[in-house]
Order: sequence, then C-alpha cells, then structure tokens
Amino acid sequence: MSATGLTIAVPRGALMGGTLDLLDGLGVDTAEVRSNDRKLLFEEAGIVTMRPSDVPTYVEHGAADIGITGKDVLLEAPEREVYELLDLGYGRCEMVVARRSGDDAMGESLRRLGRVRIATKYTRIAAEHFARTGRQVELVAVKGSVELAPLTGMVDGIVDLTATGKTLAENGLEVVEEIVTCTARLIANPVAHKLKAAEIDAVVQALRGATS
Amino acid sequence: MIHPIPAGTRDVLPDEMRELRAIDERLRSSFADAGYGEVWTPMVEYEEVLSVGDDSAAYRMFDDQGKVLALRSDMTVPIARVVATRFPESERELRLCYSAHAYRTVGHRTGQQREFLQSGIELIGVPGPAGEAEVVTLALSALANAGLARHRIGVGDGALYRRLLEALEVPEDSYRELLGCLTRRDMVGLELRVDALGLARDARDLLVELPDLRGGPEVLERADGPAGEALARLRELYAALEARGVADRVILDLGLVRDLGYYTGAVFELYDPAVGFALGGGGRYDDLIGRFGAPRPACGIAFDVQRVHVAQAAEEGQR
Repeated sequence: MSATGLTIAVPRGALMGGTLDLLDGLGVDTAEVRSNDRKLLFEEAGIVTMRPSDVPTYVEHGAADIGITGKDVLLEAPEREVYELLDLGYGRCEMVVARRSGDDAMGESLRRLGRVRIATKYTRIAAEHFARTGRQVELVAVKGSVELAPLTGMVDGIVDLTATGKTLAENGLEVVEEIVTCTARLIANPVAHKLKAAEIDAVVQALRGATS
Repeated sequence: MIHPIPAGTRDVLPDEMRELRAIDERLRSSFADAGYGEVWTPMVEYEEVLSVGDDSAAYRMFDDQGKVLALRSDMTVPIARVVATRFPESERELRLCYSAHAYRTVGHRTGQQREFLQSGIELIGVPGPAGEAEVVTLALSALANAGLARHRIGVGDGALYRRLLEALEVPEDSYRELLGCLTRRDMVGLELRVDALGLARDARDLLVELPDLRGGPEVLERADGPAGEALARLRELYAALEARGVADRVILDLGLVRDLGYYTGAVFELYDPAVGFALGGGGRYDDLIGRFGAPRPACGIAFDVQRVHVAQAAEEGQR
C-alpha cells in the first residue's frame, strides 16, 4: 500500500512537477515517477499518470481515489461527478480571449456578420463566456496549436489558456479579455470520499498546510 | 450492418440476464420477507402528473390524443401517486416494493445508463427516525442477501445545511449558490462563497467544515453549536440504527445531499468499494404524497440493480 493509502491520478505536462513536489511532502516516493516518463502506473507509490483532461474520468470511475488537475479541465467537464476539495494554487494560468495584435476582426465580425468566429480547445468555457457577455459566437473546435487559427484568417480570435502570454506574443496575438484564472485542484471520487474519509482528510489537511 | 439502439440503453443476453435475475430475486425476497408488497405502475404516464414530483423526464412523447406522455425517472413518484389515489383514506402503514425500469437523462460520456433497472422499497405512514431506520436496515440486509459483504450506507439530512444557514442568519439570497456548490460537490467554490459572506470566524468555519464531516458518531459531536439543534434528528436516527445493530455499516455524512427535489429530511446513499459510483440512494419525502392530494409521511430507498451486480461480481472475485 502507498504512503497515503490512496491511488492518486497525477497529471502529466505542466502540472506534473508541482504535483510530484507536493506528493513528496506527503511522504510518497516519487523518485521512480520522476525517472521514468514512459511508465504510466506506479503501484508501489500509488500513482497513475495521465494527461490532465483524463484525470476527472479516472477519478469519477473510481480507478483513482483522488487526483490533481487544472480548473480549466473541470470547467470543461462539469458533468463529471467528482468532489473538488482544494485549490492547490500552483499551475496558475489565465483563460483568455486573444486576437491578432492591432486588428479588430472580432468587433468587425460582430457588427457586420452578427457573430464572432472563435477557435478553441475549450468549447464549453468559450460558449459560456460569449453567452454571458451577450455575443453570438461560432465555435471552431481545434486540437493542436490554436494560435494558428486567427493567423490563417479561419477565425477572428481564440479562447485559450496562457501562463505567460509568450506563445501568444510570438505569434503576433494579444489578449483582449480575461475569462477565468485556473489553478491546480485536488479532486476526489465520491465513493472514496466516504469509504476512505480518514485517508482523504489526511491528504487534504497536509496539502492545506503546504499550499497556504 | 449497424442497427443502433438509443444512447444509454442496452441489450441483456442470457449469461448476464441469469445473474441479474438472481440478484433481483434475492433483493425482492428480502423485501417480501420484511412484509413489503410488490407493485407495478405504467411505464408511461402523463407528463403533467409525473412532474408533480419531478420534472426531469428523459423521454417525452405524444399519444393519439396529442397528450404529452413521459417515461418515469424513478418509481417513487408513481408510487406516491398510487398511494394518494388508491389508498387515500388508509391510516395504516403501507409497505411497497418494486423492481422496474426507470429512465434518466445522463451525460453521454459517463457510460451511465439512461434506462436502468431499479429495485427498491417505499415505507408509507411511518414518520421520523423509526421509518428511516427500518428502511436503512432492510436495504443493508437485502444487499447482504444479494451477495455483497463490504457495502456501507451514507446517512445524512438533506435539509441540514439550509437549517444551518437559517440558524446563522445568512442572507437568504445566497442560499441558492451555496446549496448549488454543495450539490455539485464543489468545496472550493463553497469556501470562496462562504468567505465572501463576511461572517464571524466561528460561523464561517462551521459552514466550510460541516459538509466535510463524515464517519462514525464522533461527527455529531464535532458539529455541535448552532448546528446542534439541526442535528437532533440525525442523532435520533443514529440511535435507532444502533439499536437495530447496523451502526457499523453506517457512515454519518453531514455533507450528503441528493439532487432530487422531493426529499425533506434524512437522505441515504449506498456504497461498495468495488464500484466508483453510488449503488443507489433514497431518503424521506414527507411532502410528495401530499402534492398528489393525500399527505402521508414516507421514506424509501432504491438500488441500481446493474451496479449491485458489478459489486456482487467483484465480491465473488475476492473469494
């Protein structure tokens, strides 16, 4: 059994370093996870690794008791039945609307064509944001680098997550609206939350201490 | 060739059906032995009748008169109708059980079923903890009879948090958001919104920490203070469950809420470590039969038979 008595879903990518540091603080041995980036399941440490957007899926189904993922992922999958227990504070990013620097294609589109065209990986967050701000939107779902979409003229702007704004700037894009700040969150399976209450509370308490 | 069936439905073939039937029989025999009589109600009803209890029908259709029909989303609402219309004058206690399909809207991706087999009980005319304790005890023994060994039941009070908000004199216009966070299990959002209320330290801590309290009888002690009065009913229920010798399977859960609108007090949820989703749930619904015209206190619980099957199969694998 792992140090926490729980199976933990750990996100690969930008949140992984901060997450493993936190787990070190809980007494979980993350050395093997750090040294082997092809392996996915680390039974001894009680860790499973996956892309951040899969974390709520594994946790909802109980394949992992708890997990760590970005708020952006949770906002994009509101139907997932998981507990959101803690804002861990790291991995801070901004969900933004961006457009080509200095060009008002969005305003122009809205005025003349009655809608804006937006490319995004986050179709629910984008749809909600434009609905809330009273603008009709035509969403174009893309999977890869969203920055390309407005440069080719396919869309008027994008909704995307940015940490430093560097990639946007390098592609000649500028932020025009900030939608929501996203940080890493601790989530839990609803059944594990009841059946492994003591183990989960111990983790929450230790992390509260470590992040505040 | 592909001949699709609607999303969230599926065919059951003989190997699975045999096992499903066996579980269903065991649940029903437990109910029958405890004096619960089985009922059937129509699979389709008038939408306006069903929506007296719950308006979340997954399927609606028209009949030849142009009337809107709907498939029931659970059996509790049709049974409330039956009790109010077929036993309107009855003063005696009614014990009813069922095993039937119900239909719910669910997210497509979660792999949950829109059509699912529900087996459950309704106890009418027994108010308060006495009725709830009978239902909880029977649910636990029925699951044991179906082959489960590690199942537990979460017991809470769906009105607890609201009563706590009232006791702390929180402005009423913030109830909806706070209770919404609780229903969505968004504890981070709950804490943010409670902080924004600008309450005294003690009240703030209580509102943030109380929904996290779950476990044995010690949670009732830890939640004393303004919540104490609101907890009295739960305390009484726990004592009744102790007297029936099932307290070791009970998880008192002060954050438990069920999203169906008709619960008025105690709420239940069933768990097994082999299944990531609740096996079923229920609670007290003292207003519902009255909405159909003949007020009676009532409570009940239902199992998703297919999930019980998953748990039972896992239990067999353990041996």
